[in-house]
Amino acid sequence: MIWFHLEDCGIMTYGSMRHSISIRRSAADVWQLVGDPARVHEWFPGITSCTVEGARRVIVLGSGLSLPEEILLDDAIQRRFQYRITAPIFKHHRGTLDVIETGGRTCMVVYSTEADPRTMALTIAAGTASALDELKQQMERAS
Amino acid sequence: MGRKILFVTTDQQRYDTLGCNGGALSRTPVVDALAAAGRRYERAVPQSVVCMPSRSTMLTGQHPSTHGVWMNGVALAADAPSVASVLHDAGYRTALIGKPHFEPFLDPFARFAENRLARDGLVGLHRGFEHFESATHGARGPLHYARWLLANHPEAVGMFYPVLDGALEVNAMGGGETGAPQVQDNAIPKDWYHTDWVADRTISWLDSLAAEDDWFCWMSFPDPHHPWDPPVSELGRVNWRDVPLPPGYITNQAEREAVLDTKPRHWRAWYDGTLVSNYEAPLDWIPATMTADQVREVNARNAVEVELIDEALGRVLAAIHARGWTEDVDVIFTTDHGELQGDFGLLFKGPYHVDGLMRLPLIWHPAPSAAGTVSTITKPVGLVDLAPTFCAIAGLPVPEWMEGRPLPTDDADAAMRGFERVLTEWDSELFGVAVHLRTITRDGWVCSTYQPGYSHDGSEGELYNLADDPLQQVNRWNDPALSSLRSDLIADLWDHQPPQQKPLARVEAPV
Repeated sequence: MIWFHLEDCGIMTYGSMRHSISIRRSAADVWQLVGDPARVHEWFPGITSCTVEGARRVIVLGSGLSLPEEILLDDAIQRRFQYRITAPIFKHHRGTLDVIETGGRTCMVVYSTEADPRTMALTIAAGTASALDELKQQMERAS
Repeated sequence: MGRKILFVTTDQQRYDTLGCNGGALSRTPVVDALAAAGRRYERAVPQSVVCMPSRSTMLTGQHPSTHGVWMNGVALAADAPSVASVLHDAGYRTALIGKPHFEPFLDPFARFAENRLARDGLVGLHRGFEHFESATHGARGPLHYARWLLANHPEAVGMFYPVLDGALEVNAMGGGETGAPQVQDNAIPKDWYHTDWVADRTISWLDSLAAEDDWFCWMSFPDPHHPWDPPVSELGRVNWRDVPLPPGYITNQAEREAVLDTKPRHWRAWYDGTLVSNYEAPLDWIPATMTADQVREVNARNAVEVELIDEALGRVLAAIHARGWTEDVDVIFTTDHGELQGDFGLLFKGPYHVDGLMRLPLIWHPAPSAAGTVSTITKPVGLVDLAPTFCAIAGLPVPEWMEGRPLPTDDADAAMRGFERVLTEWDSELFGVAVHLRTITRDGWVCSTYQPGYSHDGSEGELYNLADDPLQQVNRWNDPALSSLRSDLIADLWDHQPPQQKPLARVEAPV
């Protein structure tokens, strides 16, 4: 969560949220799924389909809303994936997904969401949190 | 064949907006008649002063700490208990028509069943309701009313006030003749407005039932919650220029601000526009700028919405009568929480446990066949007592997971069964601002204690004598003569406060 205090900063509409989860699978195994931008609908509840053309991805949500995205980084060495939603409602968005090896064939997945408006940061980030829950279930079931 | 239950809720309606409670602005003959022939509660208190926790309490018969919906934007667990399920399992036909709000509205992923039902063209089963047709304050979004309006009267969709602005914050845009926030002239014909739609759909569902069916119908009107945009054709009912300022509105600015300064600091900070601690009011609207005429216009439009609800309820009761059911129908009328509506120079709601938000209309008209008493109940009761009451009406045992008790039938019954106190909770942690308070209403006092948060160090509180200070303008928290009483009330509060579910459920959306 971000801190905002109108006394100090005036009205702020920027939001930044972070969710994480520990998964009993190797970082390499998890990255194989989450590092593939075309497979996001397989593990993110509420994303019903997606198409990828180069650095452009379009996801379709359960509400029927279609969101265009730009893939900013897909780094298999760091195991970091970054993208931004380019729909006009967002003044700013950046999503960052990190898969971090924690030893003993377990890893930590961290999903961060920055957005203006902040309401979308909260709403999108809640979706990412449920996606992490789903990811953990899928990966540990398959282990 | 047993007793049938019509449970009528409104959203964000003050106690003093009904004629039977002394209100003079709205004409509410239908509810007034129910009160005159039934039970009128003078101190009905919500367990939360915002929608989702309060509605979840009505459904579960549990305090927010137990059902887990600790603030707006937190979803009631999919497997949470439901009084509708209890009744349905006992053979009742069950419906919820109107505003549910057990799950967040802002749901682009359609993760919540409440929003998926209308998308998928379904009307149930959901949380024990075999028929579930949903509506909220406007005509956008995934709910059944919005889809009905878009399909049948698409030209009307844009007539409503946009509740949220382009940044999805609560809209501060002003309208009407005074520029009051969340006010707009809505050209929609009355027949298409959600109040009439809720009544129409309720009548339609009742018409689908067999004569011998027992039924529980939660008819949930989205009004008179903001925005204040009733059909413009109805505005002539109440001329805002003739509306007196409410007693809680302190006309003199210096006196108003002096009263605010006796309360914990988030009161004055919100009034001055330096802190918006929650998502219940516009981020870029400053209450201190509100004019007396804006208060009048908001109250006038609110009164119009209250009248429309009363008339819609009258139509539903007539339909029930036409089916020959009147003798066996219990009608319970209430709301989820109140509205400041000008008190202390404020609008909307938030972490402010005073009568504007905490004193609710509650009327129980028992089925005439049950030969119920006519009474006025002065002892405190809670919305947590509604679900057990429905079970009692249906002749069912109250499940152990319910924390309330069937409503008392009169003060003697209340005294005999120990209706002494009601608890109210506020928790919010949104965009870095945390506010936590717990409140007890007992023995004619309202006592709130604050826990550490963004604006509070945990030493703050509020203590009001409801008899001597019905407008809660004299905070006696620091009155040394009342220190013993204060300690007793706080101890009693914590003795009865259910432990909070931990970890707290995730905030899924602002609302």
